[in-house]
Amino acid sequence: MKFKGKTWKYGDNVNTDEIIPARYLNTSDPKELAEHCMEDIDASFAKGIEKDDIIVAQENFGCGSSREHAPISIKEAGVSCIIANSFARIFYRNSINIGLPILECKEAVKDVDKGDILEVDLSAGTVLNLTKNKFYKSSPFPEFIQELISAGGLMKWVSKTLPPVKGE
Amino acid sequence: MGMTITEKILAAHAVKKQGAISQVLPGELIEADLDFILGNDITAPIAISEFKAIEKEKGRELEVFDKERVALVPDHFTPNKDVKSAEQCKMLRDFSRKKNIKYYFEIGKMGVEHALLPEQGLVLPGDCIIGADSHTCTYGALGAFSTGVGSTDLAAAMIRGKAWFKIPESIKFVYKGKLNKWVCGKDLILYTIGDIGVDGALYKSMEFCGDVISGLAISDRLTMCNMAIEAGGKNGIIEPDEKTLNYVKNIAKRDYKIYKSDPDAQYADIREYDVSKIKPQVAFPHLPSNTKPAADADNIQIDQVVIGSCTNGRLQDLEIAAGILKGHKIHPYVRLIILPATQKIYAAAMKKGLFDIFLESGGIISTPTCGPCLGGHMGVLAEGERCVSTTNRNFVGRMGHVKSEVYLASPAVAAASAIKGRITDPEEIKIK
Repeated sequence: MKFKGKTWKYGDNVNTDEIIPARYLNTSDPKELAEHCMEDIDASFAKGIEKDDIIVAQENFGCGSSREHAPISIKEAGVSCIIANSFARIFYRNSINIGLPILECKEAVKDVDKGDILEVDLSAGTVLNLTKNKFYKSSPFPEFIQELISAGGLMKWVSKTLPPVKGE
Repeated sequence: MGMTITEKILAAHAVKKQGAISQVLPGELIEADLDFILGNDITAPIAISEFKAIEKEKGRELEVFDKERVALVPDHFTPNKDVKSAEQCKMLRDFSRKKNIKYYFEIGKMGVEHALLPEQGLVLPGDCIIGADSHTCTYGALGAFSTGVGSTDLAAAMIRGKAWFKIPESIKFVYKGKLNKWVCGKDLILYTIGDIGVDGALYKSMEFCGDVISGLAISDRLTMCNMAIEAGGKNGIIEPDEKTLNYVKNIAKRDYKIYKSDPDAQYADIREYDVSKIKPQVAFPHLPSNTKPAADADNIQIDQVVIGSCTNGRLQDLEIAAGILKGHKIHPYVRLIILPATQKIYAAAMKKGLFDIFLESGGIISTPTCGPCLGGHMGVLAEGERCVSTTNRNFVGRMGHVKSEVYLASPAVAAASAIKGRITDPEEIKIK
């Protein structure tokens, strides 16, 4: 899985109330959620985001609520991948489960400025900053997680593993 | 090698592919059988849609893995705050009826999920539990492994009764000394989060122990484990003791099992606190880790006080607040909103005469709902407004306008602040 896009950069502890405020949680429609993505931290995001853009953030990205609306809104907005120093654990699970690519890579985060163009190879765990001409490598996901990612998310994996019934 | 209580519970629930698993190590990925799962009106609609998508794909109806081990609790935007919320709740109701899910809690039986399920005896010592709500970590107070997940995990668990976990490292938090007056579980957990930060326990298990924890009521223990997620923790957990067993013995809907950490269990860190140095705490905007003693707050005028939620909406919390408010009027510029967390707590508080105290002080009493905690309804803040709240998060815009402010505190600090109209240490209030 490879992605190329321009970056949006944020700091520590970007929380799910900022990613998708609770006032929009009376729906789970991805399109509606995407229109308000990152609204309380960066009002320019939803308007300015282009397909395949990459979010880069520092520590504990996605902390707070378990709302899957947060990664759903980011994915639907067109973000190809999130790179952070660390992710809050529920956000981490949710992203993998819905097939939103994420990567922990401190070195790459440190050097990125907003607008840099990155090329990410998820299976190899590598990041190439084309703007700064720098290359980074992070550790790959454990085998089981890679299995989930390559299946296209948890439900696709579940679907494959469901026992067949007679006549199926 | 010794194991922690969290490791033991996860080892006991690990899906045994090649014989029994007697030992798990931090970092290992396992699949575990689940004793109980839950979702609410915000998270379950996505899970139900995913469940239905699989049914459509397979061209057949699927059953949930166990009709008595799934709870669907419409508590966030209920009583339905608008048409869209009503539609989301209807999804839970229709799905529960269709799949014969035993524990769907309608208005009138409903409560804030993490206050409700322990009270109903549905989450028990030794359980392995996931819930599509970040505060599912609350049940660790009863000696269960319990953690928050998202909607997709809930959907998969409704079908398979299993979830994947990375075995977390554990941090041991030891509390010693004598508690100061008015200091309760909320102050201890706020102080701890202030010490280690909002990612201080990221991916890790927080094990709370020591004489002070043994002395705490179950209500305070639930408050402490409830906020493990605010330090990034995977779960909060307290070894079951006499108090735990007394709490569950008459309400347990299933068998349960007691696990305790081995003396030689491995910890990533051990932190000790002398609680005699801890005063009533307040977490200032906009992080739960931004804590200081209430007494150090510099004349911070407030507009609203909320007492309730999965963190502090239990009977004991309401009793403490009533003890302070009795015979006092709240400040004329303050709105006091009290939300008993469940129907049972609501009835008990009314019978005990607490409602009279709240009403005479100038407060209002709401039906159980998560509403104001996440800026949903029943107390949304305007631009520039400040609220002292017994809830669990004070992120930017959490309770309303992006330029409003939330100060997290115990029921005692919240009640004292309502009287004075500014952040107040309960010591300042004359008890009548």
